[in-house]
Amino acid sequence: MKRRNFIQNTLASASFIGAGGLSLNSCTGNQKKHITILHTNDVHSHIDAFPKGHSSFPGLGGLARRAGLVNRIREENPNTLLVDAGDIFQGTPYFNFYGGELEMKLMTMLNYDAATLGNHDFDNGVDGLLAQLPYGKFDFVSSNYDFSNTILDGFTKPYQTYLQDGIKIGIYGLGIKLSGLVSKDLYKETEYLEPYEIAADLERKLKDEEHCDLVICLSHLGYQYKNSQQPDDMTLAAKTKYTDLIIGGHTHTFLDKPSVITNADGRDILVNQVGCFGVRLGRIDFYFDSEHIVADGISITV
Amino acid sequence: MAKLKHFRILNIQHFVIFITIINFTSCQQRPTSLKNIEAKELAIDSTATSEAHIATFVRPYRERINLILDSALAYAPYTISKSDGTYNTTEGNLMADLMLSETNPIYKIRTGKDIDFVLMNHGGIRASISKGNVSARTAYEVMPFENNIAVVALKGTSVLELVDYLVKSNRAHPVAGIQIILNTNDTVHSISIQGKPLDENTIYHVATSDYLVDGGDDMVFFKNGVSFTTLDYKIRNAIIDYFTKVDTLSPKIDDRYYKMD
Repeated sequence: MKRRNFIQNTLASASFIGAGGLSLNSCTGNQKKHITILHTNDVHSHIDAFPKGHSSFPGLGGLARRAGLVNRIREENPNTLLVDAGDIFQGTPYFNFYGGELEMKLMTMLNYDAATLGNHDFDNGVDGLLAQLPYGKFDFVSSNYDFSNTILDGFTKPYQTYLQDGIKIGIYGLGIKLSGLVSKDLYKETEYLEPYEIAADLERKLKDEEHCDLVICLSHLGYQYKNSQQPDDMTLAAKTKYTDLIIGGHTHTFLDKPSVITNADGRDILVNQVGCFGVRLGRIDFYFDSEHIVADGISITV
Repeated sequence: MAKLKHFRILNIQHFVIFITIINFTSCQQRPTSLKNIEAKELAIDSTATSEAHIATFVRPYRERINLILDSALAYAPYTISKSDGTYNTTEGNLMADLMLSETNPIYKIRTGKDIDFVLMNHGGIRASISKGNVSARTAYEVMPFENNIAVVALKGTSVLELVDYLVKSNRAHPVAGIQIILNTNDTVHSISIQGKPLDENTIYHVATSDYLVDGGDDMVFFKNGVSFTTLDYKIRNAIIDYFTKVDTLSPKIDDRYYKMD
């Protein structure tokens, strides 16, 4: 991934040099930029499409078709990121037989950019997860699991930034509390940190220090809980200030349309989740405009 | 020499940065800002074109799985279901009996002790076994979870709590090695384990799922166990091992758990 960004940067510089005086002209006009975020969650090893006679998802899903859809959108807008909000593993014999190797290889073939970890990604333990990470040539962004006392130490990132057409995108990742969901033998000394605090720290860092134009949270906390003690995406959205989009998972929530939530600064932001098993793909398009007056706010169409 | 090399790189970088700054400063008067967002969910259905190279890549993995999963291991002469009896069922009895027969030799080697009885949860059986060939895929359907077999040593008094739970649950939770007979008014008439009446002071070795030991299905009595042994043996693997050993599955509804007329 890093390599891809680097190449893009170099190409951008080269075009600046090449264009010379022309680029000065282009600057006086209106500059429009378009970033597309595509996302999945809780795919749970569903690589094949569901059979036509399936009771819940007849004829839906399938990784080869997801690849087709993603490629069509990437052709339409090369400035596209593809991300996943966790629970890549567990759910079909593909996982039981190959331990997640196929899931990782296929996500790499689809050019996923980033993913966060779900509770089921620990189903073969920290060892089982580590063994599959080399097949996933994308970033694992995990901000609130402290892996320092586990063999996963150094294999995930607290956040990652991506540059697309000069727009800087920062991604951080939040995982659910593992105790009670996953056996301690599996997650071992992984320490769960309070997600709201971590989110506040990282979104500020991505905005103020990394100067990101877009801040995205990949969350495996779950969409919404009645128990207010249990952190969820809807509450997180209301507490944040700089996060523009929360891509959720865990609760397998199928929404009629992405949710619009007012954040702690009174700005509307998006929370989305696309159910489970790879039967849907989320698509969020961000349009930037140099003639747009910031005070006019941002319009959101869902 | 090393220094010189380093310097040269710096120069090139400076050149790039210099040019970039010229371009950026002229643009900075009009910073690009977020104007609008469009969000939607796309169904992945037959309208999406399948990528042939992905399908080709997956094929050998799928064929290998299908070859293993669909090879016939045993035969079911009739449909085996978890809902064909009130207090015990053909499928529940099959599962509990095979848990006992497949697990006991392992437990005996590890601890020198025998398993006295088995308790599973009715909800843990996720599919019935249709009449016809039985394969490893059947085992995946019946038991899709990765749970391991655990053995809990329970005092006789705790076994009484276990039976009390079983009676109150009003479900045919699978058992083996234990016989529970209820009076017509749903009180316990008798409990015997391995053919002998329950003794409140004896320690009994109970094989079950690690899910239930961790308090799943509110089986809290397992918390009072005097020792816990995890066998690192998946329930599904025990099912597959049993299917491999036998030719025909013929579980019957019997008198292991029933209410007197």
